[in-house]
Amino acid sequence: MNLGLTLFRFATTFYLLGTFAYAIYLFFPKKWAYRTASLSLLTGFVLHTGSFTSRISIAGFPPVTNLHDALSFMAWAVIGIYLVILIWYKIRIIGAFISPLALVLMLSAYSLPKEIAPIVVPYLKTFWLPAHIMLVFIGNGFLAVAFAVAIMYMIQEYQLKTKKIGKLYRALPSLDVLDNMNQKALLWGFPLLTLGVISGAIVVQQMHEGLLVWGKREIWTLMIWLLYAVLLHGRIYSGWRGRKASTISIISFIILLVTFFGINLTVGEGFRFH
Amino acid sequence: MNIVVVGLSHKTAPVEIREKVSFPSEKMPDYLHDLLTRKGVTEGVILSTCNRVEVIAITSHIQDGIEELKNYIADANGISIDQLGNHLYSHTSEDAIKHVFRVASSLDSMVVGEPQILGQMKDAYQDALEHNVTGIILNKLFSKAFSVAKRVRTETNIASSAVSISYAAVELAKKIFGSLEDKRVMLIGAGEMCELAARHFINNGINEILVTNRTHARAEKLAHEFGGRALLFENVYLDLDEVDIILSSTGSPIPIINAAQVSEALHKRRNRPMFFIDIAVPRDIDPAINKLDNAYLYDIDDLQGVVESNKKEREKEAAAAEKIIEAEIGQFHAWLRSLDVTPTIVSLRKKFDEVRMLEVQKLLLRLGDLSENDKKTIESATTAMINKILHMPVSNLKKMADTTEGDLYIDSARKLFDLD
Repeated sequence: MNLGLTLFRFATTFYLLGTFAYAIYLFFPKKWAYRTASLSLLTGFVLHTGSFTSRISIAGFPPVTNLHDALSFMAWAVIGIYLVILIWYKIRIIGAFISPLALVLMLSAYSLPKEIAPIVVPYLKTFWLPAHIMLVFIGNGFLAVAFAVAIMYMIQEYQLKTKKIGKLYRALPSLDVLDNMNQKALLWGFPLLTLGVISGAIVVQQMHEGLLVWGKREIWTLMIWLLYAVLLHGRIYSGWRGRKASTISIISFIILLVTFFGINLTVGEGFRFH
Repeated sequence: MNIVVVGLSHKTAPVEIREKVSFPSEKMPDYLHDLLTRKGVTEGVILSTCNRVEVIAITSHIQDGIEELKNYIADANGISIDQLGNHLYSHTSEDAIKHVFRVASSLDSMVVGEPQILGQMKDAYQDALEHNVTGIILNKLFSKAFSVAKRVRTETNIASSAVSISYAAVELAKKIFGSLEDKRVMLIGAGEMCELAARHFINNGINEILVTNRTHARAEKLAHEFGGRALLFENVYLDLDEVDIILSSTGSPIPIINAAQVSEALHKRRNRPMFFIDIAVPRDIDPAINKLDNAYLYDIDDLQGVVESNKKEREKEAAAAEKIIEAEIGQFHAWLRSLDVTPTIVSLRKKFDEVRMLEVQKLLLRLGDLSENDKKTIESATTAMINKILHMPVSNLKKMADTTEGDLYIDSARKLFDLD
């Protein structure tokens, strides 16, 4: 068993532990539960980073060209963003909603073939393909965080509207904080997604010698990009916020996930260049 | 040395009694001085609030101490002990420690978890400290009580939720807006609860308060009081989009703000949230407003519901707080006992040493001419002997002092060696 995959397994285990501890913290806000959760996720993140370093050194490039590594990379980005939010904004409870996402990504990655996909077209190896995929997945990481925060918003809004003042009401931050956080995550995620789409177009052009080919993947990608473009535009220029913005943020991300798995599991994994 | 607490509180005495018993702070130096002249009292602190008056003291006897303190409270307030009789409670030793910890942690308060009592207790202790009527035990007891209270506050959610209607409104606003710093509040109508809520909002740093009333003069008066701005009652709808929080309590028989107006206001303010607090009965604000996106409406019953659920939460947290206190009592009590054993050991050693010195002197007289060296040898040999003989009993006494039979052992040792 090589080092990269061993570390990946350990990272998954720690994410599992962190998610579990966060679930406890959500309903029993005890210090030890939070400590266990955040330390587990941090440890998982460090091991995960180690796993990538090892995979890169074996492949000679970031091996995000297969689905396993791509999902794993997105989970890594999600946990990374969580850690930044924790340090920057000190909103502890957010981990309870972000960690399950990372865990699902890790478990999906876990079940997929882990062979490093060789990049067949030699000149792509150098830069564009890994760059494209990494941009897309860091962008997706932010959109995942926007999704998690939107769910938190919906729960808190529901409680305030229906006047159900329970444990969750006390645990969750204010609507304003959640709404801002959603906007910030979109403001990071959307430009990264845009850069990812542009670099993707460059990759496809290089492959097809200047022609843009409109396949399923390209069409869906553009649709999702448009959805987020509309959402962000509405937020900035039309005063969309709160419930409306959160709903769109949640639906967009679900479409993104369904599309991603739908295409990659039916069309074939990652970029297969023949 | 015994810790004795005697006093009365909202739990034991009705207001007719409580209002007759108090220790005004301006006369505190005299009260404290008098307290220390009482028989057997060596240290004392007097806590006097509107819901509680109690004397926490160190006395040389438990029963006499209680009687002495009861009489003291009666005398100081010029009422007969018979009148106070059943309303006074007393706690001693471990029970007294627990009581002081519970009071400081606000578990014995009328509103469990209310924060004022800790401050009042700190003031009472400070007074006693300044007038030199506290000693090693009360100093330690109070500093421990304050740290226990802090632990309770940080480790439980006992004080984290509002238990009054007006404060519940502020907390809800915080859950909607996060910070209240740049928010504008509009106060429609007047009324005690409404004004109280407005005051809470001001204390929580809102940006501006607008006041309106059917009687404009009244609005101007209130606006002046709150440092805000008075608004013509007819213009309420015009400025609705400029306010974030609307507090309403008018005598109007029909709603004065309807959903269409709020919908328009929300549109104008680009959907920034609005929070309506309707304390009036009949209600001032159309209930349909709560159905609008980004508008939140709480009427008096809703707020009452929030308060009830918060109270339940506090009760649950109080159970956790009792556990913390229970654990801390043990520690403090152990310290108190070791304090008793120390003077016992000191007098025991002193007693033995006196015997030794007497005998050595006799011996030296009898032996006549001895070199300084020989004298020293005798000195150190006899000292070593006593140390060795006392080693076991002293270490056992120290060990036993931490057990429930500690008092008995210390008492026996004192009697056996006639130390008193």
